[in-house]
Amino acid sequence: MAAGRVLEHLTEEAPDRFEITLFNAEPRGTYNRIMLSPVLSGEKTYEQIVTHDADWYARRGVTCRFGERVLSIDTQARVVEAEHGQVSYDRLILATGSAPFIVPVPGHRLPGVLAYRDLDDTDRMISAARPGARAVVIGGGLLGLEAAAGLRARGMAVTVLHLMDHLMERQLDPEAGALLKEDQERKGIDVILDAATEEIAGKTRAEAVVLKDGREIPCDIVVMAVGIRPSFQLAQTAGIACGRAITVDAQMRTQVPGVYALGECVEFNGALFGLVAPLYDQARVLAHELTGVADAFVPRELATKLKVTGCDLFSAGDFTGGDGREEIVFRDPSARIYKRLVLERGRLIGAIIYGDVTGANWLHQLIQEGRDVSTMRETLIFGPDAQGTDGLSRSSLAA
Amino acid sequence: MVQRKNGAKEEGDDADKSDDPECRVMDGAPLPALADDAEPRVTVKSTCAYCGVGCGVLLTPDGKGGLEVRGDPDHPANRGRLCSKGSALGETVGLAHRLLAPVVNGRATGWDDALQLVADRFRETIAEHGPDAVALYVSGQLLTEDYYVANKLAKGFMGTANIDTNSRLCMASTVAGQRRAFGTDTVPQTYEDLEEADLIVLVGSNMAWCHPVLYQRVLAARAARRTKIVVVDPRRTASCDGADLRLALEPGSDVALFNRLLADLYEGGALDATFLRHTEGFDETLAQAMNDDISVTGLAEEDVQAFVRLWRDNEKVVTVFSQGVNQSSAGSDKVNAILNCHLATGRIGKPGCGPLSVTGQPNAMGGREVGGLANMLACHLDLENADHRAAVRDFWGCDRVPEAPGLKAVDMFRAVGDGRIKALWVIHTNPAVSMPDADAVREAIRGCDFVVVSDVTAATDTARLADVLLPATAWGEKSGTVTNSDRTISRQRAVLPAPGLTRPDWAQLAEVGRRMGFKNAFDYASEAEIFREYAALSGIAGRFGKDFDISGLAGLDRAGYDALPPVRWPVSATRTGGRFFADGQFYHADGKARLVPVAWRPPVAKVGPRYPFRLNTGRIRDQWHTMTRTALSPRLAAHLAEPFLEIHPEDAADLGIGLADLCVLDSPQGRAILRARITDDVLRGQVFAPMHWTGETAPAARIDAVVAPVVDPVSGQPESKASVVKVSRMQAAWYGFAVSARNVTPTGDYWARAVTKAGHRVEMAGYAAPPNWETAAREMFGLAQAEVSILEDRAAGSARLAFREAGRLVAVLFVSPGPVAVMRDYLVQMPEVPDLTLLSGRAPADRPDPGVVVCACFDVGMNTILRAIESDGLVSVDEIGKALQAGTNCGSCRPELAALLTRVQTQTEQTPVRPTSPNLTQPKEAAE
Repeated sequence: MAAGRVLEHLTEEAPDRFEITLFNAEPRGTYNRIMLSPVLSGEKTYEQIVTHDADWYARRGVTCRFGERVLSIDTQARVVEAEHGQVSYDRLILATGSAPFIVPVPGHRLPGVLAYRDLDDTDRMISAARPGARAVVIGGGLLGLEAAAGLRARGMAVTVLHLMDHLMERQLDPEAGALLKEDQERKGIDVILDAATEEIAGKTRAEAVVLKDGREIPCDIVVMAVGIRPSFQLAQTAGIACGRAITVDAQMRTQVPGVYALGECVEFNGALFGLVAPLYDQARVLAHELTGVADAFVPRELATKLKVTGCDLFSAGDFTGGDGREEIVFRDPSARIYKRLVLERGRLIGAIIYGDVTGANWLHQLIQEGRDVSTMRETLIFGPDAQGTDGLSRSSLAA
Repeated sequence: MVQRKNGAKEEGDDADKSDDPECRVMDGAPLPALADDAEPRVTVKSTCAYCGVGCGVLLTPDGKGGLEVRGDPDHPANRGRLCSKGSALGETVGLAHRLLAPVVNGRATGWDDALQLVADRFRETIAEHGPDAVALYVSGQLLTEDYYVANKLAKGFMGTANIDTNSRLCMASTVAGQRRAFGTDTVPQTYEDLEEADLIVLVGSNMAWCHPVLYQRVLAARAARRTKIVVVDPRRTASCDGADLRLALEPGSDVALFNRLLADLYEGGALDATFLRHTEGFDETLAQAMNDDISVTGLAEEDVQAFVRLWRDNEKVVTVFSQGVNQSSAGSDKVNAILNCHLATGRIGKPGCGPLSVTGQPNAMGGREVGGLANMLACHLDLENADHRAAVRDFWGCDRVPEAPGLKAVDMFRAVGDGRIKALWVIHTNPAVSMPDADAVREAIRGCDFVVVSDVTAATDTARLADVLLPATAWGEKSGTVTNSDRTISRQRAVLPAPGLTRPDWAQLAEVGRRMGFKNAFDYASEAEIFREYAALSGIAGRFGKDFDISGLAGLDRAGYDALPPVRWPVSATRTGGRFFADGQFYHADGKARLVPVAWRPPVAKVGPRYPFRLNTGRIRDQWHTMTRTALSPRLAAHLAEPFLEIHPEDAADLGIGLADLCVLDSPQGRAILRARITDDVLRGQVFAPMHWTGETAPAARIDAVVAPVVDPVSGQPESKASVVKVSRMQAAWYGFAVSARNVTPTGDYWARAVTKAGHRVEMAGYAAPPNWETAAREMFGLAQAEVSILEDRAAGSARLAFREAGRLVAVLFVSPGPVAVMRDYLVQMPEVPDLTLLSGRAPADRPDPGVVVCACFDVGMNTILRAIESDGLVSVDEIGKALQAGTNCGSCRPELAALLTRVQTQTEQTPVRPTSPNLTQPKEAAE
């Protein structure tokens, strides 16, 4: 997605400036990974989530070498060695993304143990998803829950195993996590928390997941959705400086002249990136860098506004409690709405919203601006339209 | 379930066999439609239940227990007009709060038990401790016939003059002043004088709010003949709007002002030497007047001179005076200072010319005529006069009547408190709220051996203290006569069936009389029979030369009584109606009037470092007395839904009292908590609070708990408008506002509740917040099971809760560390308020907040009016009326509409560009 985006910028802003070759190990163009869930659930087809296909690239004069793996890079000679031959370059962009993390428990290589990362994973799941068949999804984060929902929509009996004590613990607090769990269960998805996987049992293929507490969950497939790891081995082998990923500066330059990187495969100021918004920012910055326009990547306060399997939720900033932090909490159990705002020294620093995300963007803006919200405390939850003193007169203060 | 029976009520002394006494006394259920509601709708003429204007009303029962109310175009008092309170009478006839069966020691019973107990206890107490160990405390809301029987029972048969009335709190100083000046308690003028006058002086009268229909007559006269209006009042009231001259004198300094007027008129040669021949006491009076120092009024000399000039140049002057004059330790002297000026100029009893006292109660005048006060006998006959006593004794057929006055209200409750009075019967009044030093009075009643309360509801501060509760028929159900402020006797007629076991007061009193052994004296079959006896007794008074003579009505048969049109007394063989005293004939023994030398003296309580504020009390436009009736009407509650304290902006700033903060008032007598209304309507050093709120509606705001029990030495009337207090900001930890579909049991150190169209609204505040708001709210609303949505900010101390039952919104509570800032006038429309926006406390853009109700008749809010003025460019009260209907019915709100116009015009002049966000700390509505 990052590659597609940066090429879009480049071919629009400087159409004839570069002769471009695009390698993709996947045998297809660029598609929106975020939309794999509806493909899994059957609501969309692959064709509907393609953003830049071979034709699109052809029209822009981009040479596509899809399905071809890059084997090595010679940064001195400025040559890329691929499965079907070399290409020399003036500028090289690495957008190698990430790979799903497979928990290395016994049995993780058994057939039937799948990741959920790309269209091929999705197709494998679809072909395994027969009504009445059983799936175990390891990982109760966003990806895992999307996988679970898709498989459930295809008629499978689904159990989500989550290592932590509530779902989506990086985006949600325990209370919102509990609401989300209930909503999963209402959809017929079993959720087991504090579930540490001991092994995946099976003779020739995965047959059950065994937990450390001894519980055994029989299954036909296991989907690993416990996280991603940046893919930077190619860069590292080429001698490009890497930490937890490829190290870049604010112009997306690696430490090797002429080599750039962006997306999930980079590390900037110690941070990794997994969401689409910073990735698009990086694409813009890199296109500007290559066309000589001054720009710099500035990481933004990350907010997650998601619809997870039909449940609206929003999470931004730092929502951990503690000394000096104050909370505004709204609970409407019958409407299944939960909102929690965290304030520090009169400023909004974090927010979690479950169920009704109206006004969430405004809250996100307040967090980013870091301005004092003391005078708005009573009405923050209700969004921007409930602010200010317009229409509030003395008779609003007392009968 | 309580419902009105459409048939005749069941008479009889059978005990009520209900197993659940409570169900007869209180029931929150609405009236069901009756099956037989197809009977023809009949309209009946009657008289309004409220103030002393005595407006005629046309009542049309809807057959379902409800009542349509219109002004009677034929009644001379109002000619079809009604004020907001009168217009809303139909909203107050429900039975939800009615007392429907006698209650003895908390248990419902029948009349036989209850009245036998009352008769026995009074008889035993008299036998054991003497007649003065019993007392009746009655009310200007009694009909004349009820009043007559009460007075006869006390003075003729119980043998005590200990019958006093809440008129003592209202009119006693006028009674005393008129008797001193005229030798009789007689209002010389008629309402028509308001139309005939060239100058109207309002003294201590907020006529625009307290006697709105008279004020509308004044405004109409002014429009027609450019009548000049002077308002003498320390406070800027709605009546000051458009006055030619406003004299904001120091509280209690009226005597000095009218003494100066008398002296200047004398020096200017404006006195009437011919008329003065009909008077005594001029020289001493003038000398005293010239001795007074006008500076105590604090008025500017040019204003005083302007006042004198207006008086001198306008022969036709009517001085209207009310509670600002009467409720004073110098009340009688104030009345005489005014009467002195009218007598010395001969400006009395002539068209458009004379003093006009206006009374606060529908039948205060009837009570005075009957003689139902401790220092009167009957029909203007004198207790101290042996011939009068003998005549009355013979007429009533009793052994003796007391020779000395009984205890006046304040002394009466002192005697209740120290045990001298051991049996007390309170009828249609609420002394535990309305008496000065009200907490002490409440404790006195609580401690009394035997307390009987007759009322239409058990939910009053006084009724809650009763040993015996007697259920009375209410306005609309009872029949009799009332006398208004200009001596017009009008019929109140029954149009609704008496509910439950209720009975008229005269019937209760007469039955107790019979059971005490006086069968013949109280053998009344109807109120018409009582009226005939009363009219006959007035004929005896007439033969003694008394002016109150309605013997011309003594021959009325039932049909004649029922058909009696409004008639102004006297009605005798020699005279009917008219004005008094223009002929120089007065009722002292020598036939002359008295000018009474009076000297200014300050209010008894002195402000000082400890109690630096002077507390004024009074009425508001849409409530009446202790609200037992008006509080039932949602539209009346919407005008001012909470007790408040008017305080000057600079005083508020000095005390750190902000917009809508709560204030604590402390006096040597007690404490009250009220909402601050920061306004320069009051002068610095003065504060004003309404008198209406009670233990039922706002238990921390019983204003008479802080009023000192100081009285006028002549009239015995309490000084209700000049106590001294300390004011401080309530250090509340939390403020709350709730709206509920059902009744609420509020929490907090302060609360005030009012009805809404669909339920109740409550303001609250407390020194310490409950540990858990959900628990507290569930208790408050009685909603143990309802679903709740909660917004909580524990660190800030705020919370918002909404409760639903079966998906339907039933209650909402807002809690804040400061005054709760939500759109109340929008939220009280709950449950119509859209659920989603509810807890934000804000109206959505497509449903703008109407603002606090200004026009109660058409339910038009302040914001609606302001928006219309601004967007449609309205420039007059009449244009507002055309656009929104506001002010086009009763007219009570017209002064407020004019003030809103002025505000918009002023803002436009001062700030051509409207600020987009008016700062809440600027009291934009401070002058409302």
